[in-house]
Amino acid sequence: MNLPVRSIAAALLVIGLTAAVLDKARAGGDDYFPPVTHKLTTDECGSCHMAFPPAMLPAASWRRMMNELDQHFGDNASVDAETAASITRYLVANAADTGGRTYGRKLIRGVSNGAAPQRITELPKWVHEHDEVSPREWKQKDVGSKANCPACHVDAQLGYFEDD
Amino acid sequence: MNAGFSIGSVAAPHTASTLNDKTHPLRTHEIMTLSHYAIAFLCALGLANTTFAGPRDALLERYAMTAKAAEPAFAGFSANRGEALHRTEHAKGKADTPACTSCHGPNVRAAGRTRSGKPIEPMAISVSPERYLDTAKVEKWFKRNCDEVLGRECTPREKGDWLAYMTSQ
Repeated sequence: MNLPVRSIAAALLVIGLTAAVLDKARAGGDDYFPPVTHKLTTDECGSCHMAFPPAMLPAASWRRMMNELDQHFGDNASVDAETAASITRYLVANAADTGGRTYGRKLIRGVSNGAAPQRITELPKWVHEHDEVSPREWKQKDVGSKANCPACHVDAQLGYFEDD
Repeated sequence: MNAGFSIGSVAAPHTASTLNDKTHPLRTHEIMTLSHYAIAFLCALGLANTTFAGPRDALLERYAMTAKAAEPAFAGFSANRGEALHRTEHAKGKADTPACTSCHGPNVRAAGRTRSGKPIEPMAISVSPERYLDTAKVEKWFKRNCDEVLGRECTPREKGDWLAYMTSQ
């Protein structure tokens, strides 16, 4: 009874690791952030803005954000407690310093341990990566907001944020 | 069509006109397969309206009951009042959302856009028939958006009027 369980676990581990490596390879480096795969998160977070990949912020950021939804960048984005708990679990498990560190590690460079930055667009690495974007471009009608990643990163919904 | 039509008939004018518009020209053609398809399609359409509009009608009915309890003179919802509510620049909530149309846009049959640039599916049920069927979702958005535009909750009558407007579009 023990043996098959172990082999299955080992096989799953190998498959998992291979998938992770392939994923990273397919993504072609640092510009890939796996899109949200948790339906509740997609629905709740994605109804007002793009549902940002959890690997874009550390776990502490997501915890704080989910605790302060009643003041969410000027909006009351409260959800019921059960929904909030489920979304928090997903975000925290896949954050830039937890399950999503393969993808998010570089983006949160320069963020001190335990800090809980709330705006992805204020991460030092994000600012650096976007320093070539002019104020005029940010103000274009179809951009509208720095939270509108897909305005420039056409495949952002699929997780690709390469330069365009 | 101005003032309050009753709850039960909210979906009816839409259904009737859709059927009339579409069945007439098809019947004049005597192509069997085509008309079979058309009939199947229209049946499906009719089914969709009767079967799936259920939660929407139930919600309207609930709003009507609470509206009636709040103001005894209440005599049904009005799509016109709903349109006024939707289009008026209330400017009593958040500065960047003075009206519903700030995000939903002037045309209820076209997509809107959130402040962060994300498209919002059209609000009119003629183009978004899947809308307003999830009561909890409808309530959630009334709560958020009324607060953002009006700086307060919407009354049951306002909710019903607004829903009647979107149903009529």
